[in-house]
Amino acid sequence: MSQTKVSYKPSDEVDFLIVGSGAAGGVLAKELSTNGFRVVVLEQGPYLTEADFTHDELKVFGQHLLTNNPKVQPTTFRQTPQEKARVQQSVMYGRCVGGSSVHFTANFWRFHEIDFVERSKVGEIPGTGLVDWPIRYADLEPYYTKVEWEIGVSGLAGASPFDPPRSKPYPMPPLPVKGSGVIFERAARKLGYHPFPAPMAILSQPRAGRSACVNCGFCLGFGCEVGAKSTALSSVIRMAEKTGRCEIRPNSYVHKIATDKNGTATGVLYFDAKKNEQLQKAKAVVVCANGAETPRLLLLSASNQFPNGLANSSGLVGKYLMPNCAAIAYGVFDEPLNDYKGFAVSRVFHDFYEMDTQKLGIYGGGGLDARFDLTPIGFVTGALPPGTPRWGKDFKKALNHNFTRTMQIFCHGSSLPVESNSFSLDPDVKDAWGLPALRMTYQDSPNDLKLVTWMKDRAMEILDAAGAQNKWHQPIGSQQFAVHLLGTCRMGADAKSSVINPDHRTHDVPNLFLCDGSSLVTSGRGQPTMTIQALAYRAADRITALAKQGNLPG
Amino acid sequence: MVAAAQHAHQAAASKQSFEVLTPEQAKEVAAIAARIIPTDELPGATEAGVVYFIDRALKTFASDALPQYRSGLVDVNRATTQMFPGVNSFSAATPEQQDKVLTELSATQLPQTGSRRRNQAPAASGFLQTIWYHTVCGFLIDPEGGGNRDFVGWKVIGRDPAHSFSPPFGYYDKDYPGWQPLPAETDKK
Repeated sequence: MSQTKVSYKPSDEVDFLIVGSGAAGGVLAKELSTNGFRVVVLEQGPYLTEADFTHDELKVFGQHLLTNNPKVQPTTFRQTPQEKARVQQSVMYGRCVGGSSVHFTANFWRFHEIDFVERSKVGEIPGTGLVDWPIRYADLEPYYTKVEWEIGVSGLAGASPFDPPRSKPYPMPPLPVKGSGVIFERAARKLGYHPFPAPMAILSQPRAGRSACVNCGFCLGFGCEVGAKSTALSSVIRMAEKTGRCEIRPNSYVHKIATDKNGTATGVLYFDAKKNEQLQKAKAVVVCANGAETPRLLLLSASNQFPNGLANSSGLVGKYLMPNCAAIAYGVFDEPLNDYKGFAVSRVFHDFYEMDTQKLGIYGGGGLDARFDLTPIGFVTGALPPGTPRWGKDFKKALNHNFTRTMQIFCHGSSLPVESNSFSLDPDVKDAWGLPALRMTYQDSPNDLKLVTWMKDRAMEILDAAGAQNKWHQPIGSQQFAVHLLGTCRMGADAKSSVINPDHRTHDVPNLFLCDGSSLVTSGRGQPTMTIQALAYRAADRITALAKQGNLPG
Repeated sequence: MVAAAQHAHQAAASKQSFEVLTPEQAKEVAAIAARIIPTDELPGATEAGVVYFIDRALKTFASDALPQYRSGLVDVNRATTQMFPGVNSFSAATPEQQDKVLTELSATQLPQTGSRRRNQAPAASGFLQTIWYHTVCGFLIDPEGGGNRDFVGWKVIGRDPAHSFSPPFGYYDKDYPGWQPLPAETDKK
């Protein structure tokens, strides 16, 4: 690889400058460089590889090895626009080459048809900005298939009666079942549900020079040491570099998109590892910085010409944040599951994908999965039953009994888009580079709290039916911390009510594209990465076509 | 007391010295850790070398917590003397006395289980919570992180230290016959 590695000078005007090397940026880098374009990817975090990954929980969680560090990039939080935000870690995202895909759980559900047309089906929901997508499931289907085959997804086609149509089976069989999966499958079937082998972006068989999963058990939150997790890093980033036309430039913190007097993007300004400001020139800019940092970058790019931020004539940059709702139920069983072995999730069901709104008065829907995603320290600090003694003989007894016998049922659900739920620039707090901090304003809609409570009740029933000796759930309340950063530069046909068009081009700046979680119009049912990557493959096709038609100024 | 003695013995045996803690502070830290995760038929914080992990932590990633340790240890000793006049440090108290001191302090200083966000270090808080968290970390961290000596913490929780595993993993999946679709249904979708 080293002999083909290319590097460009900031003064070289490359064809495409991509901000962010995660799930979407990695796909666009691979596709655009494969299509013959010269590409630079700027990543704010370091370039770590398998050799840098570790099972040290404190390095990973305490010292933020793979994620944004609130000490240097503080975030603030408030529930409503009337409040003054306080400093509080409100978002977590991957900050390394590969982005959040490096540490994700790797649940890889496709969206279903309903996710694209829910507004038409259920009508207007007061207090929300729910709208249909300008594209349909059928438009994305070929790209979902491409993700499965190119990134590497394990699963069993046709196993869920609720699955949307697909053009091809999965490229690999599902991962092995875990104890949590067996318990869940038996109990859920008893209750009339349809559990199936979870589709996971983790290799069940060796593929493309990568190892199959070795079930080491340090998965969610960790980088995969054998490259079995199908991250942007282990797949598309390496393919992009092999073209010899794509440079991945780490430790490069982009803070402004440069524009000329016509309002065309000319490149980006960024801080290099030594905090020196650089200008990388490019014919077109594609921002894939995630649903928090993409709107932040547009707002940071405000100028006399664009006083409200770049590409923000709609005023919607940063708005309609949808973090997905979630609840977790825990069960302890008589015999050891040893669910710490392996990846997190082996069974899931989608019986609640479309809630019966007429009957239950709840919009949206979700999916339930059986998992154990905890590593030892995280288990003890977060997953012992309420009332467990905190120290001494009985504390130790609980550690000894519970770690091997606990499983979780994770309820994932939709979020309704509410305009005041948003990312914006904090007026007071600055990061270590002197830039305004990210401010999150968020309150779960009453519907979403109702949905997640309803799903939690079903999860508790499943644990009951499974014969758990002890069961409980995390308290449910309005969320103050987001990892799914969705909807904040939404796609739409109308420039007044959206930020990007169906080609991912911003309505306002003809050579500026956005593609990541911010593009989503609805939130899906809790697993966005698969859709973000399908959108990125589709965006790459659209952008390539525009460029080949000579339709990109700059 | 037993724990502190064992610890002193270990320190002497390994000629390991402390980087940040004074010998007196280390003795108290080891004594508190040994009551949080005591030694019984299975190893505890002492055998896991938690005090060395904490000393290293206070030199490196947890250096912010050093002032809290300095004052917190003084407070714990003072509380011990208040409850048991004549006993001038926590480590000098009997295990029963130590448990009474911790019961008193933990009522107000330790959060309840089942109420925390996942995978997040606790926010800044009282000394007892800090040392509790560091003890748990020193007991259960992958040994490459400087604690969990000889994997004794993982032995207690039942985690096999191997780096790779093959199914079946446990009791419930060992007789699983493989995925079977449900019998054909007509009422779905």
